[in-house]
Amino acid sequence: MIKIKINGKDYEVDSGMTILEAARLAHIKIPTLCKHDDLPATASCGICVVKAKGNRKLLRACCTYVEPNMDITTHDGELYQVRKNVLDLILSSHPFACLTCLRNGDCELQTLSEEFGIRSRPYKEMLQDIPKDTSTKAIVLDPIKCIHCGRCVEVCQNIQKVYALEFLDRGFESRIAPAGDISLSDSPCIKCGQCSAHCPVGALVEYSEIPKVWDALGNPDVYPIVQIAPAVRVAIGEAFGLPSGTILTKKLYALFRRLGFKAVFDTNFGADLTIMEEGTELIERIKTGKGAMPLITSCCPAWVDFLEKYYPDLIEHFSTAKSPHEMVGALAKTYYAQKAGIDPSKMFVVSVMPCTAKKYEVSRTDDMSSSGFQDVDVSITTRELVRMIKSSGIKMLELDDEEADSILGTYTGAGTIFGATGGVMEAAIRTAYFLLTNKSLGNVNVDVVRGLTGVKSGVIDADGTKIRVAVAHGTGNVRAVMDELRAAKNAGTPMPYDFIEVMACEGGCIAGGGQPYRVTNAVRKTRTEGIYKDDTQSKFRQSHENPDVQKLYKDFLEKPLSHKAHKLLHNHYIARPIYYK
Amino acid sequence: MNKQYIFVWEPSTSKDRPVYNTFVKLINEKALTDSFEVVRSPFIGFTTDGPIARVMPDGVIYTKFTAGDVDAIISAHQNGKRLDKFVLSYDNKFLPIKEKDPTSKQFKIVLRNIGYLDPESIDEYIMRGGYKALEKALFAMDPDKVIADMKASGLRGRGGAGFPTGLKWELTRKEKNDEKYVICNADEGDPGAYMDRSVLEGDPHSVIEGMIIGGFAVGCNRGFIYIRAEYPLAIERLEKALKSAREYGLLGNNILGSNFSFDIELRWGAGAFVCGEETALIASIEGKRGNPRPRPPFPSVSGLWGKPTFINNVETWANVPAIIERGGAWFGSIGTEKSKGTKVFAVTGKVANPGLVEVPMGTTIREIVYDICGGIQFNKKFKAVQTGGPSGGVIPEKYLDMPIDYESLQSIGSIMGSGGLIVMDEDDCMVDVNKFYLQFSVDESCGKCSPCRIGGKQILELLEKISKGNGELEDITKIRSISIAMQKASLCALGQTTPNPVISALTYFEDEYMEHITDKKCLTGKCRDLVEYTIIAEKCIGCGLCAIRCPVKCISGEKRKPYVIDQKQCIKCGECYNVCKFDAVKRGQGGKHVYNKNDRKNDKNKNKRKRL
Repeated sequence: MIKIKINGKDYEVDSGMTILEAARLAHIKIPTLCKHDDLPATASCGICVVKAKGNRKLLRACCTYVEPNMDITTHDGELYQVRKNVLDLILSSHPFACLTCLRNGDCELQTLSEEFGIRSRPYKEMLQDIPKDTSTKAIVLDPIKCIHCGRCVEVCQNIQKVYALEFLDRGFESRIAPAGDISLSDSPCIKCGQCSAHCPVGALVEYSEIPKVWDALGNPDVYPIVQIAPAVRVAIGEAFGLPSGTILTKKLYALFRRLGFKAVFDTNFGADLTIMEEGTELIERIKTGKGAMPLITSCCPAWVDFLEKYYPDLIEHFSTAKSPHEMVGALAKTYYAQKAGIDPSKMFVVSVMPCTAKKYEVSRTDDMSSSGFQDVDVSITTRELVRMIKSSGIKMLELDDEEADSILGTYTGAGTIFGATGGVMEAAIRTAYFLLTNKSLGNVNVDVVRGLTGVKSGVIDADGTKIRVAVAHGTGNVRAVMDELRAAKNAGTPMPYDFIEVMACEGGCIAGGGQPYRVTNAVRKTRTEGIYKDDTQSKFRQSHENPDVQKLYKDFLEKPLSHKAHKLLHNHYIARPIYYK
Repeated sequence: MNKQYIFVWEPSTSKDRPVYNTFVKLINEKALTDSFEVVRSPFIGFTTDGPIARVMPDGVIYTKFTAGDVDAIISAHQNGKRLDKFVLSYDNKFLPIKEKDPTSKQFKIVLRNIGYLDPESIDEYIMRGGYKALEKALFAMDPDKVIADMKASGLRGRGGAGFPTGLKWELTRKEKNDEKYVICNADEGDPGAYMDRSVLEGDPHSVIEGMIIGGFAVGCNRGFIYIRAEYPLAIERLEKALKSAREYGLLGNNILGSNFSFDIELRWGAGAFVCGEETALIASIEGKRGNPRPRPPFPSVSGLWGKPTFINNVETWANVPAIIERGGAWFGSIGTEKSKGTKVFAVTGKVANPGLVEVPMGTTIREIVYDICGGIQFNKKFKAVQTGGPSGGVIPEKYLDMPIDYESLQSIGSIMGSGGLIVMDEDDCMVDVNKFYLQFSVDESCGKCSPCRIGGKQILELLEKISKGNGELEDITKIRSISIAMQKASLCALGQTTPNPVISALTYFEDEYMEHITDKKCLTGKCRDLVEYTIIAEKCIGCGLCAIRCPVKCISGEKRKPYVIDQKQCIKCGECYNVCKFDAVKRGQGGKHVYNKNDRKNDKNKNKRKRL
């Protein structure tokens, strides 16, 4: 603890704090623009400057650490003027297209301008003339709106370690683009969307599919179906002023019916099914010794893309099971179509996902059209759903709770925890334990795989069968585990693990690239708590207990890994180049 | 007869060195190797396209000759004469002096060896007393004593900011870390500055010796020289110097038998000006994009690869051996109270004898410009000098007698900078000069922080508007507001100092700006949109010289009758104005903006309306 002065008052703060953090203790929110609480400071905008006695120059509060006896002034006339002048400059190189911008109403630059009472634009508008990059159909890069905060580069290179985005050129001409000035689809981009989740403005956003959804909802010849991912239900409330982690599953079901969806399913059902398939795959590989070990989960499409690009030699370790929402899509257009007597060609399946990579996944390979049609027609993000709700005028929070439609809507607690890091592993352990021992776990909580540590590992004892597991999230952390595997494989030494769960985003899907903005570790924690609360509140907490899943196998799929299951619920992977050009 | 040395410099465009080779060939052929020796010399700073040869000890300097004239030059000197046709100077005016010479205002510490030795020969450096300081530091002193001496010397960083060198060393020494680095910043990039280049090309060992002493004092074993790739001769000489220093046991393990080990590597910069900023330089050595990062932490705490690092520029390093050899007190006796020692300036621009000068701190600008460099070219009127390059400011005539040191320059809105000193005369337009500097800074901004990236571009845009005759009074207010944002909120010194030239010009030459804005006038004719060239029919005798010289052939007429300029095609180069011997070409105000005494009033009214 050290003693400092903020605006003349004495405070005692931790020595490792930045001025920005210390000022919060003094109930002052120093204005910032480029700083995101989730990321290290990039120190680029110059808005957060403060004075410290004895320093000739102003200091950036975001990245200057407090020193003993520092005497800090956070606001005065001069600081206001400097900050406003900087903001004026930033605004002069940012298009005034707020009304047509995707971030309208939820833009950090807009908010700051409002706070500073910007009423005119003193300087000439100077914009860079660079076209939009929509090549990935998942993430849109619009460099003209970029304010060069550097968050996306930080998250892409240092957190995710994908190295898709980089600053090109210098000075006023500098801009964000993939290295080599190629399109995003030709770059190493894995579509995780962390850039878009951290972008303060509309420079990096999801590829919006909202118009397609409204078209389907307005067309009487179309049978619109919706499903929601586990992580959506605990985060969407944030956009409506509710605390992070509030579970809104039943309100969402009600909402979807009001919006005009004819069938409301839940991706959590697909998650349960994934566990049955993937769990069985794991047990088969353990028991028969056939197939590469360790088995690696494959329900995260950004992670699939990452492995296909950076670790193609490890493809054989991938579980062939599709991701949960693809399973639901495939079954909706086969099993449900049969049962309900609806022409699957008229079905339009919309997945509401916390994810931008799911937009890429829906047409990733031909396996994603196993029903004879594209299994999932459109995937929208949580943020897109929020916009749809707002434009529909439906007061979601005032609706009465409703249930999902049966046969593809029931879920267990194991399905819902797919949304958090370690969740897939935990769900798999619960069922694998049962499949191996024919006994259910007494305590289904597997604490060793929970939490926000980058790489978690442990050993699960299923009546003598020891399963060595590892859980990694955030592709930056994943690299360490994969490098370990690759080294063991190349050296011919024993593999360090039997089963590995990977999610591309830090914290898992709850902090996915399509989730509401302003995610920090605190938010990750509360959203995760919401997920586990949903788990403990569930009647069934193990996937094999899901009555609809059991019914599905009985009526349609026969058994896990059956021929039919393989056709509809599994897929294959291809090695892809990191750079296409 | 004593041996004569011929120092030859050739422009980098003549790669096969025809002049140097001819000298060597002829001297060999004539069997004169006993009386002549040819040395490749560093660039010594004359503005010339062709080769330069300097014959020592006579001190005769030849320019504007070709390889064909070499024979005649050798023959002349063989007979103790000189070949007057090509002589630029023969009075040793540009040559170094060992100590303060009463006949000159110069005082050479940094440039002590330049021109006196073959920069590619370590033997000559040692013969002139080189590496003696290193020996003294290693065996007669200890690191603390070296630092104490450095602190006593009062040497301040010659890169521009003027941080006390000894203190920087001490701070780095205090850091507890097994790995520390020393860096020589040789990324010289100011327009018109070539001090570091001359030192590295002319005396690379002095820098290397300085760095070894620095490494010894701070306790580190690895050094880097970050040098821009555009200095191929300097790189070549440094590489040779490092090689021979290693051969002599002056670099590597157990230097001179002591238990101190040290080695130096070269790193090439790719030409970004901002990489002269220490944190950007470190990023560049690490293989990253050359962007600055916030300080603190300062490199002395966390620098290259996160280790304590101290960076000094070439000139600072070259001072070190002299200080150690002769003691900090000796160095501290030179200069002013707060700025000790000497400073090298690269004097360029409208001065009669441009070149490198080294003067004690406290010398006045008048002494540099008039006494050392021979005053303004063609007897024109002095207007201002710019120190500190694009980061500095203009110094008007009224400060000609101000003694130069870090503080005095800062107090009048300029900075010491690395030593570029550009002299301007009455033909230079301040708006035009500022446009040049702003363009430079805008091009060289890394683009990381908003104030610099956008602010520089905005100021440049406003200057262009003013120089086109579209300026408004409120543009000055805008420039000042942007400058505040840039000076206060930019991350690194490049952005913080970009507005300096404009702000200082607005301080000392506000009238000139006002002429551009309200009167739409540029008296120097540099702002082309504000001038118009016409031929006065009564004065024109129809010689046709202007028509011949006009680069766009827009002047027409018949011999012996008045010529006419086609205004639509005229590019306002002013060539006709300069060549006319009869003052028949008139430089007037641009046709678009006819001066009207109500202009200033209208402008004010316009602003008033806007405010309503």
